[in-house]
Amino acid sequence: MATVTYSKATRIYAGTERPAVDHLDLEIGDGEFLVLVGPSGCGKSTSLRMLAGLEDVDEGSIYIDSRDVTHLPPKARDIAMVFQNYALYPHMTVYENMAFALKLRKTPKSEIDRRVKEAAALLQLEEYLGRKPKALSGGQRQRVAMGRAIVREPQVFLMDEPLSNLDAKLRVQTRTQIATLQAKLGITTVYVTHDQVEAMTMGHRVAVLLDGVLQQVDTPRELYDKPGNVFVAGFIGSPAMNIKTVPLTEQGAVFAEMIVPLGREQVAAAQANGGDGKITVGFRPEDCDLVGATEGGLPVVVELVEDLGSDANVYGHAALDGGSERFVVRTDRRTMPNMGDTVFVKPRTDHYHAFHAATGQRL
Amino acid sequence: MEFEDISPKLVMLLYGLVGFVVVVGGLLLLLDTVPAFFGRRRERRLVAIAAGDIPAPTRRPRKPREFGYALFFLFPVLVLLAIGLVVPAIRTTLLSFMNGDSSEFVGFDNYNWMFTNDDAVKVLLNSLLWVVLVPTVATSVGLIYAVLVDKARLEAVAKSLIFLPMAISFVGASIIWRFVYAYRSEEQDQIGLLNQIVVWFGGTPKQWLLDSPLNTLLLIVVMVWIQAGFAMVILSAAIKAIPADIVEAARLDGVTAWQMFWRVTMPSIRPALIVVIVAITVATMKIFDIVRTMTNGNYDTNVIALEMYNQSFRYQQTGQGSALAVFLFVLVIPIVIFQIRNLRKQREG
Repeated sequence: MATVTYSKATRIYAGTERPAVDHLDLEIGDGEFLVLVGPSGCGKSTSLRMLAGLEDVDEGSIYIDSRDVTHLPPKARDIAMVFQNYALYPHMTVYENMAFALKLRKTPKSEIDRRVKEAAALLQLEEYLGRKPKALSGGQRQRVAMGRAIVREPQVFLMDEPLSNLDAKLRVQTRTQIATLQAKLGITTVYVTHDQVEAMTMGHRVAVLLDGVLQQVDTPRELYDKPGNVFVAGFIGSPAMNIKTVPLTEQGAVFAEMIVPLGREQVAAAQANGGDGKITVGFRPEDCDLVGATEGGLPVVVELVEDLGSDANVYGHAALDGGSERFVVRTDRRTMPNMGDTVFVKPRTDHYHAFHAATGQRL
Repeated sequence: MEFEDISPKLVMLLYGLVGFVVVVGGLLLLLDTVPAFFGRRRERRLVAIAAGDIPAPTRRPRKPREFGYALFFLFPVLVLLAIGLVVPAIRTTLLSFMNGDSSEFVGFDNYNWMFTNDDAVKVLLNSLLWVVLVPTVATSVGLIYAVLVDKARLEAVAKSLIFLPMAISFVGASIIWRFVYAYRSEEQDQIGLLNQIVVWFGGTPKQWLLDSPLNTLLLIVVMVWIQAGFAMVILSAAIKAIPADIVEAARLDGVTAWQMFWRVTMPSIRPALIVVIVAITVATMKIFDIVRTMTNGNYDTNVIALEMYNQSFRYQQTGQGSALAVFLFVLVIPIVIFQIRNLRKQREG
């Protein structure tokens, strides 16, 4: 059991200007399940590998509990990692794969046997212990990789996109398995994924990264309800939030024919720092209603309707401030429009997100 | 030089050229026109069937047709194989049971000679020494080099340095190494590297290639020098093919460099290792050029392939030469079978 602390941890790859990970400050509590999420190349895997000791830390430090592990070799950090491609030893059986680390540490045979059998029981791998990895399915290999981490009884689990090689159904199933397992074992876990659904469903807290910079770290609910900046707002949630930059008046943001009311302080903040009379507002697709043609909604020409069974996502374009802007609305199945229809969209003005037009910070 | 002098040669050359064009061109033409002919016939047939002129075939006559095609394409290869490989193999086997000028059968006399005659036994022992030492030493050297040089600076340069000998013919390599081992009497300047080194350290120069068994070992060094590069290249590629995450997983599991080599690297490159050892073993069994060039098999350095050549073509003992050839052939077979099974297993696995 341990806490993990990144303190201004920075990684700069040789020959590049921009750091892959830029002064990362992050504290992970004991037993916490923290998810690092972001688009490709945002530095999430690099951050994890820095903690694992597979990547150098060029500046700053990393602590496990109060122990400075910044320059320790991987094996001295008491961590276990699950790799994207599982990285099982192909020449060893499942049992040997799981026992390998313990064997290297000269753990007594009976102890190794007990731990491997326990982990195998936990992961329903008992009947496969004698098999080589190539005789296993993808899901089974994934579980062996988990088992290999579990038998180590490490202070921290690191998982680098462990589900990305599984098919959709198995991924959902394994997702819950991992979350349950982590809750049961109570081992601090850092989990990297590019899939925001995984991030939102598994993490106690989620850290969003972009271009090596930490954008926001919070519980999934807070992240969804109060995204800290435009990037987080657009990244979290599917379909993505409708984010538009519109003119600003004393009363609020001018959104097509509507006024999105803003507080006095918000307006003042929006005008400072080069706001230039503009403001960025965002509405989640489910925070919009389809209204009648005369009720003052924004006319949107429907281009695509995704019928999800319970409800539907409506994609279309609308004329806004002289440009054509993309809109997504989640609607009830009963009011589902057809392709080519014009629907009238009215955002609920009490469920908006406002951001500074230049800095992108939440107001 | 008068034209009359060389005209017969030119005529011969012309014959040769015409012969080449006729045979090769004929084959090419045949390979082109015959399938096209069958194709057109088949097409006409299909058109006729479609037009309803003739009834569609009820049973499928394709099987024999395909067999015919296969036979047609195999024919040139089968003929060449028969002429170049099968007939000589059978003939050699027959000759090995006959006397020197192949005039009468002598049963197993030649084989008896091979395993009892002192000189012949010495040849077999030398060959054994070669087959034991070259694959093990060359593979070990290649492997160690591949591991040491992996991800080092100037890796490409370091690798081409050790790979270059592969590009030299065995005879060329032997000549180079004969210079290395060259001897001049003490009063003269040494031209051989090895003797010069000995002199620098205050020793007396030596005729390296005269003393058995040291001379055989010195010849083996030449072969190792050539083959280590081959081993290095294949093994280096195999090492690079080990997935990076497996190496990282091992580092997290806490392996030392030593354990990494024996528990992760070695098992991962096992298939490549087998390929290398087998290839070098087969090449070593057939070794001829190095011994022939450096000592011509004198001073107890003779090996099977050279002795086979000497018996057959120098001493006109075709029977004994053939017996040696058959023995060599029999030795290689199990290795080749092992290799094929190994490859097949890999393909399935």
